[in-house]
Amino acid sequence: MPATIETQGNALTYETIEPEAGLKAALAMSRADLVDTVRDSDLKGRGGAGFPTGMKWGFCAAEKADQKYIICNADEGEPGTFKDRVILTRFADLVFEGMTIGGYAVGASLGIIYLRAEYTYLRPHLNDVIQKRRAAGLLGHNVCGVEGFDFDILVAMGAGAYVCGEETALIESLEGFRGEPRNRPPFPVVAGLLNNPTVVNNVETLASVAAIMAKGTDWFKGFGTDKSTGYKLFSISGDCEKPGVYEFPWGITVADLLKEVGGEGAMAVQIGGASGVCIPAKDFARALAFEDIPTGGSVMVIGPDRDILDVAENFLDFFVEESCGQCTPCRLGNMQMLEAVKLLKQGECPPAFLKNVKELGATMQVASKCGLGQTSPSAFLSILEGFGDEITNRAASA
Amino acid sequence: MTTTITDQDQFKTDVEALVEKLGPGRSSLIPILADVKRRFHRIDSESMQTIADVLDIHPVEVYSVASFYAFLHGAPEGQFVIRLCGTLSCDFAGKEAIADALKAELGIGFDETTDDGLFTLEWASCVGMCDQGPALLVNDEVHTRVTPETAKEIVAACRAAVVAKEG
Repeated sequence: MPATIETQGNALTYETIEPEAGLKAALAMSRADLVDTVRDSDLKGRGGAGFPTGMKWGFCAAEKADQKYIICNADEGEPGTFKDRVILTRFADLVFEGMTIGGYAVGASLGIIYLRAEYTYLRPHLNDVIQKRRAAGLLGHNVCGVEGFDFDILVAMGAGAYVCGEETALIESLEGFRGEPRNRPPFPVVAGLLNNPTVVNNVETLASVAAIMAKGTDWFKGFGTDKSTGYKLFSISGDCEKPGVYEFPWGITVADLLKEVGGEGAMAVQIGGASGVCIPAKDFARALAFEDIPTGGSVMVIGPDRDILDVAENFLDFFVEESCGQCTPCRLGNMQMLEAVKLLKQGECPPAFLKNVKELGATMQVASKCGLGQTSPSAFLSILEGFGDEITNRAASA
Repeated sequence: MTTTITDQDQFKTDVEALVEKLGPGRSSLIPILADVKRRFHRIDSESMQTIADVLDIHPVEVYSVASFYAFLHGAPEGQFVIRLCGTLSCDFAGKEAIADALKAELGIGFDETTDDGLFTLEWASCVGMCDQGPALLVNDEVHTRVTPETAKEIVAACRAAVVAKEG
């Protein structure tokens, strides 16, 4: 284990999963049954986008190719998110187990974990775990003695680019290019890394697969709601007494979550990071679930003494910095939004300009090429919606 | 770095050795750039030309990739790159006070390098320590719950490490 950077929270289900039970159960199945099992669990991607994992694996498994890849997306760059860091520190074996199960399911022989440069200190630990798995026969030639199933895992490093969390940008980066998202289709499951069928899954998704295979789909579906099965790890930070990584079943309300972490009395909560939405206190009865507020798990608590425009400014600074610059709505749109926030802070934003910026935000949501640009106006637009009167009635500072 | 012909030859040999290890494909480019950055704290145009030659790609391709990534940009940096997290949670936790302390201690602003070539100060987008802010990275090492006082101690420890190394 690396020097653990202690993160508090509640007990995690991963602590109770028997090592390699999931892998053994998976390898005892036919590939088709395995994909069906994951599909039946209704597990949705834990990185934020929420694409059904079983469906993704099914697409990739159906492709005919000599080489396929399983990529673990450990480019955890969404502001306010750190649960993957905790999973990789404490439960790396489960993640690699999930990758191996994925490799078997889709017919891939190589897994790559793409680790963000900011987490370089985790790399020796991950390599160490991989080495031990090779020595134990859990990776390599004929994994667990299964004839003809060869699978190995490599660690590849990111180099400081938020956009590389987008799966096609991540693949570009692995190929040695600028991390600029590709047009989709074709999706990576058809033509991904080096044009081969590729599954890209989040760290938590893969650990969840290992847990599901160990304990069964009925167990997993016992948590959460009808449309959001299972439990989720949340990264809680900001103005609360007990920040950390918490596990909750999907469907928990914002108010209940705040009670758990000592964040009652918050003015608002930013859910989903910079690309997420700002939920004002009057909406704290809403639920964290794919059918209400979907999220990759970033929850930033905003206390009553904060200036909500500082929040909007922080996120727009971030997007101006992290936009890859490839498409115009995102590259220029975020600069315009930031300008509007600065004018609002001074009480000098002309109503006509604000109206234009709102329309621009709507344009960015539909016209940007990738998820970064499409979601970048969300925080500001939701702040305008939730705090519009307070924001627009500020007196000019002069 | 690659100022003399001998140095350039040595650098080319080093890059060739890396390619030997990583493979001749384009996908070796980012690991090569990361390695060059780690060793020389800059990636100058001669190095980019050499890397391009070895990988058989145009040097502008190397520049295009290096300039895209926050950790690979070619400009000279100090031996210690201090990246202070700028995200909202670290902002709430008091990042500005840390920024001021670092600026005062180092005598430079953000995106600047000290004259002795030891320190570069930069903002990071989010270092994933949101529950323990303010957080910063010194090269690959993470520091959490930084105060203005510990920020100064972190800088002092880097200086002491250099003195110890130089004997």
